[in-house]
Parts: sequence; C-alpha cells; structure tokens
Amino acid sequence: MWSRIWSYRVSYLFIAPFMLVFLAFIVIPVVMTAGLSFTYYNGIEPPRFIGWSNFQYLISQDLLFLQYALPNTFKFAIVVGPGGYAAGFVLAWLISLLGKRLRKWVALAVYAPSLTAGTAMTIIWLPLLSGDRIGYLNSFLLNQGLISVPKLWVTDPHLLMGSMIVVSLWSSMGVGFLAMLAGILNVDPQLYEAGRIDGIRSRLQEVWYLTIPSMKPQMLFGCVMAIVTTLKTGQIGVELSGQNPTPQYGGNLIVNHIHDFGFIRYEMGYAAAISVFLLLLMYASNRLSWRLFGTRDE
Amino acid sequence: MRLRFSLSRISFVVLMLLFAAFMLLPIVFIISHAFKPYDELFVYPPEFLVKHPTTQNFVELMQVTSNSLIPLSRYLFNSIVVSALTVVLSTIISAMCGYALAKHPFPGRQLVFSTIVLMLMFAPEVVQIPRYLVVSRLGLMNTYPGHILPLLALPVGVFLLKQFMEQIPNSLLEAARIDGATEFGLFLKIAVPVCMPAVATVAILAFQGSWSNLETSAYFMQDDDMKTFPFFLSTLTSNLANNVARQGAAAVATLIVLLPNLVFFILLQRKVIDTMAHSGIK
Repeated sequence: MWSRIWSYRVSYLFIAPFMLVFLAFIVIPVVMTAGLSFTYYNGIEPPRFIGWSNFQYLISQDLLFLQYALPNTFKFAIVVGPGGYAAGFVLAWLISLLGKRLRKWVALAVYAPSLTAGTAMTIIWLPLLSGDRIGYLNSFLLNQGLISVPKLWVTDPHLLMGSMIVVSLWSSMGVGFLAMLAGILNVDPQLYEAGRIDGIRSRLQEVWYLTIPSMKPQMLFGCVMAIVTTLKTGQIGVELSGQNPTPQYGGNLIVNHIHDFGFIRYEMGYAAAISVFLLLLMYASNRLSWRLFGTRDE
Repeated sequence: MRLRFSLSRISFVVLMLLFAAFMLLPIVFIISHAFKPYDELFVYPPEFLVKHPTTQNFVELMQVTSNSLIPLSRYLFNSIVVSALTVVLSTIISAMCGYALAKHPFPGRQLVFSTIVLMLMFAPEVVQIPRYLVVSRLGLMNTYPGHILPLLALPVGVFLLKQFMEQIPNSLLEAARIDGATEFGLFLKIAVPVCMPAVATVAILAFQGSWSNLETSAYFMQDDDMKTFPFFLSTLTSNLANNVARQGAAAVATLIVLLPNLVFFILLQRKVIDTMAHSGIK
C-alpha cells in the first residue's frame, strides 16, 4: 500500500496546492458548520451541545419549513433544474450552429444575466411584471383581452412562484452552459462526416447519436451544476416581491429558511442543521440523476 | 432548394439575434442607467433607456471619491493585485488538481473527487463564522494573502477541468511519455493547451469571484487601506435604498464594477471559441 502511494508521489504533488487551500478554507469551515448543527448557537454564547434536536424539530415540528420551504423548493427545483439544464444545452447547440463571428457575441449575451447577477435582474423584471395595469405584461394582456383585471405577478402568493421560475430560467445560463458550449464545439468534425456516411440524416439524429455521447463529461458537469445552483437559489423571491418573508411564504425556499434562522433570528445551530439537510437533498438528487442518465461509470 | 435553405438560415440567425438582444437587457440597462440625469433615475415606472444622456453622474462620483482620506489609486492597486494573483494562482492549482484527478489513478482519487463535488453543494450562508475563525487563526487578517487564499480554492473549477481533461486520449500522453516528457511537461505542454477552453472558463470564474468579492474586505480587513475598490464603491452607495442623494454615483459605480467582468469575459471567451476550432485533438 505505502509503496503504491509512494509510486504516485507526483500525483499528490499535483493536487497538494489545491488541497491545502481547499482543506483550510472550505472543508474545515464546512465540517465545523456541520458540527454546529448539533448545538444551540446564537453567535454570542458558546455553542451548547443538544444532540439531534435540531434535526428532529426540522423534520417533525417546523411548520414553516414543512408547509412552505420544502414543497416550494421541490416545485421550484423540478422545473428550474431540468428546464435550465435542457435550455442550456439547446442554446449551446444553437449557438454552435451560428457562424464563428456571431458566436461569441451571442454567447456573451446568453451569459449576461449570470454575469450581472442580482444587480440588474429586479430592475429589468419589475417593470415587466408590475402589478398595476402599467406593467408591460399586464398592459399587453389587458389590451389583448386575455385578462380583465391586472394580475399581481409578484405579490400574489400563487403567482409569485411562476414569476420566480421564469426569471430563474432566464438567468440560469451559467458555467454549466459555458462548459456544454465548449464541449459541443470540441467535438471532432470528422465524426459528423463519418456519421453522414453511416446514414445519419437529420441534425437531431446527429445531436443524439454523436454530439451528446462524445461530450458526456460536460453533460455531467452541466447536470451537477444545474442541481447545485437551483437548490442554492434563495433571494430571488424576496427580490421580486420586495418583501421578506415573501407574501404568505409563497416564494419561501430552503435557502430563505436558512437565511431567516441564521441572520434574522440568530439561531446559527438550527440554520446549520437546515444547511446539512439541504446538502443531503442535493446529494440525493445527484445520485438520482446520475442513475437516470446512465453515467454510472463515473 | 438552395434559396429555401438560405432563407431558413437567415431567419434562424435573426431569431438568435433577437433572443440575444433580450438576454443582453441587463447590461444595456446598467450602461444606460449610468448616463441618466436625476429626473430620469427616479421615473416610475422606470424608463429602460436614457433619454437625455449626461455625464453628471461620473462627475458626482469623482467628487464623492475625492473626499476620501485614502486615495482612490490605493483601492485600485489593492483590487488589481488581488484579482490578478487570484486568477493566475487559482487557475493553475485547479488545472493541476484536475489533471491529476483525470489522468492519475492514485489511491484516494475517488475520495478526493467526491469530497470536492460534495463541498460544491454546501450552502455558503452559515459557513462565514467558521471561515472567519480559520482566517484569523492563520494570522491572515489585514494582509494580501487574507484576500487571496480564501478565494483560491474553486471546487467548480477543479470539477470542470477534470471533466475536460478526461477527454484527452491516453495514447497522446503515453506517446509524449515515451519521448521522455516529465509529468509536469505533459501537464504544461499537452493537458493545458488541449483544454484551453476549460482553462479560460475557470479563469473567467475566478475573476468574477475575486473582482467583485466584498466578503474578504468586509470581514477580514479592518484597515481601510487594505480594502478593495469595489468594496469602497459599495460603501459609498450602500444604505441608499430609500435615499435620493448619490443615486447617480451609485449607478456609475455599478457600471464601473461590471465593466472589468465584461471585458475579461469577452477577451477570454474569444480564446475559448477560437482555440476550439484549431485544437481538433480527439
């Protein structure tokens, strides 16, 4: 065993610099936080060990969590996760069909919402979704006779979730999209020629039989990033509705719940417990999707 | 037939451009917002484009910053040093780690990789206090390493590079090994050039993460002369939610913080798209 490890000493040298900063600034703080989830900790007094109580309370008594945060997160994630992933791939593919000169500008445009992050998002979408008849969407629908009264797109608890999903999809072309674009452009053109000789007729067949199989690593990366960014989304409901908590908790996600306990109620131990729960949830969705996509060899 | 094809081609390009224009809205908005005079900044419902562009906001920002005790150049210097070092170092160490994970079957590889992916998933909200403790124990408060080291570890970057480097054919590496290349030579001369698109993407991420990062300045730097430029701008314009004064300066500040991100992305993304056409190694 030791001689095997010694024979790979160069590999350990390769990972050493990253591992040092990774352990110090990510792994150790996260492990400490996970430890806090078994304590009562308000940020002022030293943490007091309370065993599993935080977790017991979370899954049996925390009504805000069980009634709003958890189901909302599921609803949100089931659309935005796969939707953002698929949209990212389709857009990357469409961009790869464009000419070389246009390509980089369209890629920049599609990435723009991720680049500007929260700063501009609300200012773009609020006039569009504003609840009175002046809002662009309302005024359009009213003029077309599709609705008779203006809808409260961001303050009605039933409509808020829909608005959140649309805005999140719009800004979901992040690093996963960039990776898939690079993956598609990286596919060897000779492969397509060979495919044409072997009887591949349409562009869609080409994508399914040639492009996707030859960029599996990038597809997997895009998938993991879609899950992670979707489940880590939090502030969007607050930003859109301008209220914290969101109206009748209509847009409350798990991350809002963490925020609520961590920074408003100062129950850091409990917030840490929710974070651990969220981590388990992501891990489970990851396993599930890796199985679905059949990349078990990973 | 030929005509029909080019017609559908044109409509496809036009559709993509329209879509791109829609996605570009936030950038257009930020640029146009910076040039709005005060009476347009506060119109409700907000106007998207500026009607009477003016540079008064830029003048205002300059006046505000000239009142600061520490010269603006000091903040700029801090920012440039910190971002440059972070981008270079974190791209190199991510690439090295990704390369070893992809191409060296060393014992513990699976464990290391799973840990990296797992850490990607932890919500960062509650990690701030433990991270503060680590930084202060290591004596990094008020030092440049205190800005840089916490941002160096980029699990996303390692994950991305590992995925790309997996695609490098082993035969290519084997051939170079027989020709007497060292492991580091393989990494530098083959792995990095072949995976340039991914390396550039990681550099983009690292830049975005460090340039507009406010956390290290806010928590780890107590001396004012150690803070970064975007942090300084944010102190000028925070607490402005219901305030009229300085909103013009705030709009300009947002633009100034965004611009380097944009330029860096355009420069490197060109690299991504251009290198791809030439590499062709599969």
